[in-house]
Amino acid sequence: MMKRRAKRISEWIIERLIQVSGVLGIILVLLIFFFLLRNSLPMFQERSLSDLLLGEKWSPTHGDGHFGMLPLLLGSLYVTVGALIIAIPLALAVAIFVAEIAPRWMREFLKPAIELIAAIPSVVFGFLGLLVIGPWIAEHVEAIRVGQFAALGSVMLAFMALPTIVSICEDALHNVPRDIFNSSLALGATRWQTITRALLPAARSGIIAGCLLGLGRAIGETMTVLMVTGNAQVMPQGLEGFLKPIRTMTATIAAEMGETAVGSTHFHALFTIGLFLFIITFAVNTIADVIVRRSEKDIA
Amino acid sequence: MSSERGYLVDPRVTEKVAFALLWVAMVVVMLPMAGIIGYMLYRGASSLNWELISAADGGLYPAIIGTTFLVLLTALVAAPIGVGAAIYLSEYARPGPLVRLVRLAIINLAGVPSVVYGLFGLAAFVILVGWGRSLLAGACTLALLVLPLVISTAEEALRQIPKGLREGSLALGASKWQTIRRVVLPNALPGIITGLILSIARAAGETAPILFTVAYFRLSDPIPNSIFDPIVAMPYQLFVMATEMPEIPDETKWATAFVLVALVLGLNIVATIVRTTLRRRRW
Repeated sequence: MMKRRAKRISEWIIERLIQVSGVLGIILVLLIFFFLLRNSLPMFQERSLSDLLLGEKWSPTHGDGHFGMLPLLLGSLYVTVGALIIAIPLALAVAIFVAEIAPRWMREFLKPAIELIAAIPSVVFGFLGLLVIGPWIAEHVEAIRVGQFAALGSVMLAFMALPTIVSICEDALHNVPRDIFNSSLALGATRWQTITRALLPAARSGIIAGCLLGLGRAIGETMTVLMVTGNAQVMPQGLEGFLKPIRTMTATIAAEMGETAVGSTHFHALFTIGLFLFIITFAVNTIADVIVRRSEKDIA
Repeated sequence: MSSERGYLVDPRVTEKVAFALLWVAMVVVMLPMAGIIGYMLYRGASSLNWELISAADGGLYPAIIGTTFLVLLTALVAAPIGVGAAIYLSEYARPGPLVRLVRLAIINLAGVPSVVYGLFGLAAFVILVGWGRSLLAGACTLALLVLPLVISTAEEALRQIPKGLREGSLALGASKWQTIRRVVLPNALPGIITGLILSIARAAGETAPILFTVAYFRLSDPIPNSIFDPIVAMPYQLFVMATEMPEIPDETKWATAFVLVALVLGLNIVATIVRTTLRRRRW
């Protein structure tokens, strides 16, 4: 009897532990937000939100320190938008190709191959950009004198975000009921007409969600952009800005946190950037999730 | 232009052109990737030699040791929490707002930028808990980063166990936990391990989260005496050598990149093989 009782108690404890680890995800998100906020608050006491967001000069160690984050925000915007302009059409094409056109043996090979691209560490992409691709471009393209610039970051990020977008778009295309595809063919449409007018509209939400997740991945990418975009905290100007060195939000944290005294204004400023990044990616991921749920409901 | 009746171009021609363009897009994506990876493997493999790997100073040895300790400790921290969460989601949770919220949280954890994990690890483990820059602080930070991956792969493995197996065990008088521990978990184990291998691969390649939580470049003794020691990790060594040390010969850098990529891709390939062989198993 005693033994059985002890067993029942231990079972009760284990089941409670499992429940705790179940909701731990929620607790962790809150904890991350709390720690970022706590370490950013001193910054908001020193500078106003508009000074931080719209200030055009980031120079934390100069005099009192300038903490204008606009150059960094724009840097992230340039690199990310550039990456998406390249990645979305290519990813969509690859997803359609893999889902509808590739022969079976090719699909079996392509899917894991694309997954492997996603597995390559970002520091390795950065290394390749810094040592090989950047110098090669600087040597062969006249308009570019330094091999580290915004567009190079965009191109490399595009390839890194590609697998995320491809796999979600491919799933979305795959989940469209085959009846839709077959009915369209039966009505005399070509396969391409069926893809563009029946399949893509039906998979719309999944495709948008995939692009949003790719966006989240691109904004948050750190090591590659730190290594290939030139590390210059200047305001990018017009289209020419793509060919000049810039500095993203993520790269700023990674580059400067190591040399910062704990508790200094600079330290808090870097946490503030982290807080903004967290809020942006949280919003993007949540919107993507809502869209995915809605599309699942539509299909059901 | 293409109204219902009159097409400017025959749809079959349009289709041919469109499909050709899709093939082009495919080549545009795969060719540079294959080229650059092939070049890296070539440069890396030709730079690699035993001296470079075994040298304690300026070689790969400290980084290999450091990364091994780091990823194993990461898996040790992440596995119980992640598998626990997966058991909760697949065996205990009833659909409702709470589960909805848990899933949203996990999706968001997967989307938090890795450098933000680094900030969290710095604020929480290094400063607040007081572990300093150490193996333990880095492993805990990386464990949080791979947690969504561990949870989702383990949950998928658990869900693939047929209901009948659970019901059979329950019908024989086993309690719910006994059923999970003796029937469900052992059968899901290969799938769970696949997820852990993928997590280890991910943790091995991450740089941003360990920048402020664990990494040092030059250490007098590369082998950590305790979990409170700092270590050298492979991706960090590659980063420092590439950005701050032009005096180091290129061969060393290529060799480091090669070993890192080989490790990460090797682990991924192992995981893929394990997964596909398991899929063939039918209940």
